[in-house]
Amino acid sequence: MNRIHIVAGAVAVLALGLTGAGNAQTPKRGGTLNFAISAETPHYDCHGSDTYATLHFAAPFYSTLLQFDLPKYPAVKGDLAESWTVSKDQKTYTFKLHKNVAFHDNKPLTSADVKATYDRLRNPAPGVVSTRKATFSDIDTIETPDPQTVVFKLKAVNPAMLETFASPWNCIYQAERITADPQWPKTNILGTGPFKFVEHVKGSHVAGVRNDNYFRKGLPHLDGFKGTFFAQSATMLNALQGGQVLGEFRTVSSADRDRLKQAMGDKIRIEESSWTLHLTVTFNTTKKPFDDVRVRRALNMAIDRWGGGQGLARTSALRHVGGLIRPGSPYAMDPKELEKLPGFQRDMVKARAEAKKLLAEAGVPNLKFVLHNRSIAQPYTPAGVFLVDQWRQIGVTVENKQLETSPYLAGLANRQYDVGIDFSNLFMDEPTLGLAKYVSSSRAPEQRSGYNDPELDKLYDLQAHEGDMKKRIALIRQFERRALDASYQVPLLWWHRIVATNTALMGWEMSPSHNLGAQLERVWINQ
Amino acid sequence: MLAYLVNRLLLIVPTLLGVAVLIFFMLRVVPGDIVEVKLRGDGGNPTQETVEMERKRLGLDRPLHVQFKDWMVGLVTLDLGISMWTERPVTEEIALRLELSLQVAFMATIVAILIALPLGTLSALMRDTWVDYVIRVVTIAGLAVPSFWLGMLTIVSLLFFFNWLPPLTYTPIYVDPWNNIAQLIWPAVSVGYRYAAVTARMMRSSIIEVMNEDYIRTARAKGVFERFVIIRHAMRNAMLPALTVIGLEFAFLIGGLVVTEQVFNLNGIGRLFVQAVSRSDFTLIQAMVMLTAVIFVLSNLVVDLLYAVFDPRIRYK
Repeated sequence: MNRIHIVAGAVAVLALGLTGAGNAQTPKRGGTLNFAISAETPHYDCHGSDTYATLHFAAPFYSTLLQFDLPKYPAVKGDLAESWTVSKDQKTYTFKLHKNVAFHDNKPLTSADVKATYDRLRNPAPGVVSTRKATFSDIDTIETPDPQTVVFKLKAVNPAMLETFASPWNCIYQAERITADPQWPKTNILGTGPFKFVEHVKGSHVAGVRNDNYFRKGLPHLDGFKGTFFAQSATMLNALQGGQVLGEFRTVSSADRDRLKQAMGDKIRIEESSWTLHLTVTFNTTKKPFDDVRVRRALNMAIDRWGGGQGLARTSALRHVGGLIRPGSPYAMDPKELEKLPGFQRDMVKARAEAKKLLAEAGVPNLKFVLHNRSIAQPYTPAGVFLVDQWRQIGVTVENKQLETSPYLAGLANRQYDVGIDFSNLFMDEPTLGLAKYVSSSRAPEQRSGYNDPELDKLYDLQAHEGDMKKRIALIRQFERRALDASYQVPLLWWHRIVATNTALMGWEMSPSHNLGAQLERVWINQ
Repeated sequence: MLAYLVNRLLLIVPTLLGVAVLIFFMLRVVPGDIVEVKLRGDGGNPTQETVEMERKRLGLDRPLHVQFKDWMVGLVTLDLGISMWTERPVTEEIALRLELSLQVAFMATIVAILIALPLGTLSALMRDTWVDYVIRVVTIAGLAVPSFWLGMLTIVSLLFFFNWLPPLTYTPIYVDPWNNIAQLIWPAVSVGYRYAAVTARMMRSSIIEVMNEDYIRTARAKGVFERFVIIRHAMRNAMLPALTVIGLEFAFLIGGLVVTEQVFNLNGIGRLFVQAVSRSDFTLIQAMVMLTAVIFVLSNLVVDLLYAVFDPRIRYK
């Protein structure tokens, strides 16, 4: 596993095109970082949130047990954990915590806080939302033999466990507070992170100030930060161009990147990567004719992903062709292998002829349906327009219906749609997380297609507990081939992440996930 | 006059009651679920049990008549509930943004009045001259150009020509007047221009109509100076329709500056309204619709009272 991670890390560094310029210089201490956040968190509880808006807001105030080592992504490194060991049977994880770690109220952090946090994550009190409860289902017991040691014992081998401990969502809370009031973290912030909470003006900004008692001596470099919320990207770009903010850490579009480069020249730094997000084309398999594999496969085969990726990249975040795992990740399917699967073929004339034949066989040569889409311009609108055009080429008439987020999600959840554009948002390249969306709907409510496929479930469970990496990858390949062949829901394209920062901003690290690297502890301003 | 005022105030009650009932039921008919947006809007994978638990916690599983009863009791006791999204009192959410929105609305109204009244009057008095033509072009352009587009041009021009942008975060005028004005003057002018155009057109038509009235001819026949004829007789009477426009526009500006607020990144009521709708935050939407209704009703009331001030005949009826 380590070898794969090292190779993957090297590949990732190359793929990210990191300049390393920010790290070559000696960091300067001081200054307040102004940056943009393009959404506002509804609450402060990392455990109950899935939006990057919570992390870009709250991560600087918190620590986690482990964290991703971004220049070597997907390798992990210690955060609160000074060191750790994994037993030979891969079922016991022992963490030694840093000494002299204190919460922002000066109370010391102990292993009891880590245990209370993970108990809240895996078994939340009534009324507490932990959206990752299932992720921790393999943990059997958590022991705290001394204040600096935490021992996690698993029920079964879980090859994703170290990465799961590095999840940025696992903010460590104070045991005393969450025991007294399990809802406390929703409206209060108290962590051990590099910055202390100053204020949150609703709809406006969040501010933090350096934690002088931070356990990593000399960090953070900044005196403080102010994250301003922006509702519109054009306004954010103006602020970035005008120097009011030094960066926005989610993404900008390729057109915005070009505008910034033209306007700011060498004062703007652009970093790019493939992204752990993708859109899916989801067929409502509980509705005719989409319960027929021939119809689904025909519609899947009509999509020219290779050509579309190039075209859409000019106007949207959609770019990379991949299977169920992010292209470029250590678990991804080889493109040559991918090309053999329906929907990924290069010869579109042949593929579309085959698609028409399948539709005719299924008795729906002039199929008409509504595409259930989201009314967010990027990248849903271009994706919808693209699909309508692709299906038109095999004689299928489609109406692209874009809905506000709330009715859009309700439509998918209640299966009140024909074909939908759905999405997958991961914080890391871990198949157990990524493939969860593709198992039977009886097990995964996030699977909107409505199918139940016991064979897929079996393969999923096997790969999730397979400690041997080669065997695991073989199982993942089987899963992908089966899922794509059945075409219940299929990846459209993977997103491309472009982060633009002012060159005065240093020490920020790029990764394939916008949920990572939000702690700001090593960020500094070169002014 | 007192009877007139009491009558107007009493009419407010059924109006607001009607709005309250309508908005409650209309929201329940529209598809959408805040719990879905909250837990799955960004790709989260909560269990169905978690979703149901959250729905129960927010009270969305209760029968409709129970929710309606709570809403009405809350209205009567001025307890508008908590936002389902932020779980903070909706009054707190609104109060935080209302100050900014009110200030922009007031500033835009002042800009509009300062531009519209003299320009509208001048245009009417110098009808069919080059002055009238220029003013008509300026006002028609004001009607044609969307405020948000003017706002975008303003921002881009400030950035391009002066490499300067208005402050990003709001500071109350009593804390830092310079920072406050530097941020809000631009949206006020962008919105005020369109507002002025509407009012100036109305003022022009009214003045033209009034200038043909008998009392103007009488005043002139009595040898009253032309300036007094215009200011005391013509403008005062021509103000009535313009007042209606000013009142309605002011009420609209409180919650209607959705795009302009986004262009200037203002933390105002319009932006909050859009966010509440996109998230199906029922309690917040209900409260904001009621706020908008109250502002419209009060604004109309003020206009009606001003009518009585400008036209004594209304008082005596």
